[in-house]
Amino acid sequence: MYSFDLTDEQKMLTDAVNRYATRQLRAVYRDAEESGALPDDVIQTGWELGLLPALIPEAFGGFGEHSVLNGALIAEELGYGDVAAALHLLSPNLVAIPILLCGTKQQKQTYLPQFCTETFPKATAAFLEASITFDPYDLNTSARLVRNEYVLWGQKTMVINADEAETLLVYAREGQSGNTQAFLVPAKDPRVHINRRDRWMGFHALRTFTVELEGVTIPAENKLGGKAGIDLKQILTCSRIAVAGLGVGLAKAAFEYARDYAKERVAFGEPIAHRQAIAFMLAEMAIEIDATRLLVWEAAWKFDQGKPAVHDAYLAALYAADMALKVTDGAVQVLGGHGYIRDHPVELWLRNGRGLVTLVGSVIV
Amino acid sequence: MPICFEVPPEILNQTQMARMLAEQVMRSISRYYDEHEHERPWEYINVIWPFIQQIEAANLKRSLRRNGAEEEEPKEKKRSTTHVRMIHMIEALSWGDAGIYLCTPSSALGGAAIQAVGTPEQKERFLTRFTRGKPKWGAMAMTEPQAGSDTSAIQTTARLDPQTNEWVLNGTKIFCTNGRLAGCESDGLIVVWATLDKSLGRAGMRPFVVEAGTPGMHIIHQEKKMGIRASDTATIRFENCRIPYDNILGSPELVRPDEHEEKGFKGAMKTFDASRPYVAASAVGIARAAFEFTRDTLAAQGITIPECAPLHKLSAVQRDLLQMEMDLKAAWLLTVRSAALLDAGESNTLEASMAKVKAGKVVTSITQKCVELLGPLGYSQELLVEKWMRDAKINDIYEGTGQINTLIVARRILGYTRSELK
Repeated sequence: MYSFDLTDEQKMLTDAVNRYATRQLRAVYRDAEESGALPDDVIQTGWELGLLPALIPEAFGGFGEHSVLNGALIAEELGYGDVAAALHLLSPNLVAIPILLCGTKQQKQTYLPQFCTETFPKATAAFLEASITFDPYDLNTSARLVRNEYVLWGQKTMVINADEAETLLVYAREGQSGNTQAFLVPAKDPRVHINRRDRWMGFHALRTFTVELEGVTIPAENKLGGKAGIDLKQILTCSRIAVAGLGVGLAKAAFEYARDYAKERVAFGEPIAHRQAIAFMLAEMAIEIDATRLLVWEAAWKFDQGKPAVHDAYLAALYAADMALKVTDGAVQVLGGHGYIRDHPVELWLRNGRGLVTLVGSVIV
Repeated sequence: MPICFEVPPEILNQTQMARMLAEQVMRSISRYYDEHEHERPWEYINVIWPFIQQIEAANLKRSLRRNGAEEEEPKEKKRSTTHVRMIHMIEALSWGDAGIYLCTPSSALGGAAIQAVGTPEQKERFLTRFTRGKPKWGAMAMTEPQAGSDTSAIQTTARLDPQTNEWVLNGTKIFCTNGRLAGCESDGLIVVWATLDKSLGRAGMRPFVVEAGTPGMHIIHQEKKMGIRASDTATIRFENCRIPYDNILGSPELVRPDEHEEKGFKGAMKTFDASRPYVAASAVGIARAAFEFTRDTLAAQGITIPECAPLHKLSAVQRDLLQMEMDLKAAWLLTVRSAALLDAGESNTLEASMAKVKAGKVVTSITQKCVELLGPLGYSQELLVEKWMRDAKINDIYEGTGQINTLIVARRILGYTRSELK
């Protein structure tokens, strides 16, 4: 039967993440955006919430199991706090979750315990390529099997925290099949070049890099999932749900800010929220946020139930990216000239809102 | 219960039957009743009536049990599925034909008002008829020529004749769905909203039950409409129409607005909590009909949507199809949520309006887009797509226009009263 109630455990989880998002992230996000980096202690506090180990089974050092629905709930709360911080905090997931989903037993045993430590894991993924025709199923980066080793060539962008990473999960076109596969690459390999830091319209607090793979050679067993390889659809489904969850949280933040502002800002003798022109924009935002959340939950629930969720997640992410843009744009509009000033957060949220659509593959739950 | 999107098997079975009825009965007579306005689709009415009688009997029983709840403490009761069940039925039937669906013989909105505020005696007296005999209809008469969305402006009066202890109704109601079927073509009834004291505004309004054939109630006109032509939309004139004292729903006592605002009015608003999800479900049904037909027709021409394709690999038509599919899902999920809340006994006024806003908007845009995408086929009366577009529009209008429902959402999220946000 249909139900839309969180369990007690989920409430505890979302409460904890919400507290962190509102108290810690909201306290630093603007300075972090201007200075270009998040304070280490805030990330460490976030890591101590144990969000990732909670998705990893005990057998591999964690204390829970993978639940995309819980992941979506977490993503919403973190997105409500700050999307850049959320992307930073969730970046180890980019390696851990694909291993959890597709890794061989050996790979799980080797790598997953590294994500259950007290300090922030130094692992991230290299997925996106700077091309307008970027297609996850048709990558430019290549991996060719030469004897018992893969040789990787190509250029990746938006590799989060690449400069500090020790392990990179690189997505590449496998020579023989042409399929997209993922490869565990030591980031300190001399043929891995961490090039310039990327500059995006938003997410300035997030440190992402363009990474070049100049014939990096790795043992064949570093291919994720062994011979069978990865299930890219599953990985992208979990990523799309994460993106959509972030979108809901971001939009909720923008909506609430605009709503509160509209109730306080007086023009022509009364709060501007007394006018339908403003009130209707806010109502529209509220409806779209709720609708998107339901799309996200449904896709996540289906995934957790083992039902087909690929298309649902695809639609949820498309819808959420569009919705988040519209809502954050509306929030700037409600604040008028003040919305355009960096004293208020809404301009930042609009810039971040536009970025969601490019995040598929750069965040996963 | 944790988050769950599972449709219970018994609802799926029932929906399956509704879908068969929609496909085999409704679709085959769809065009005929569009072209023969004011004729009655008996093929459908006779098939659906036995099912409706069962539903009405169950609803009546449950409603009476609620009245007696104080005496017999209910044991750990199973969660109701009434409204979730209904929206699935309505969605499936509206996929068949929304106008014909509206001809479903049932107590409908009239019944909902009686269920909401009627006494046990009234429920039995008025609603038993829907559980037996020939097909019957219930209707609600609210709108007047000068009072649409602004229901507080209604002019129809109810005056108590102390001599006979009867209420005397005078006034004219328009846009009454199934008014003629309920008022003179069956042994049905109409719930009529009238004012006992105009100076009290909403607080002076009460619903009254007028049974079919009551002298002084005249069905004077049937509208000719853009769409849902199979549906009966009546104008009713009350000329010294006398009804028994006990036909008033709710307390006859008037309360000053400043003391206890709008007590009588709340009954009507309560029925919207259910009727708005129902309209939203109907909208989704029409939208799905148009979407599926367009998707399949385009697929037959080789235009399909590649799975999870990046946007640069999609044509404008493919993106339109995706947009329609997303909108449809979004509207349906909001509708489901509003119905599930009602079943859980929780307040759903905000969520019902959200669903209604979204579904009304989405069905309008989807059907209009489908006509466009199908080109001359879409516009042709050889197919049903143009009809679905005409049928669709009413869903953004009745049971509160998109704007009225947006206003309700806005007031709720802002915590504003009617005077703060006009």
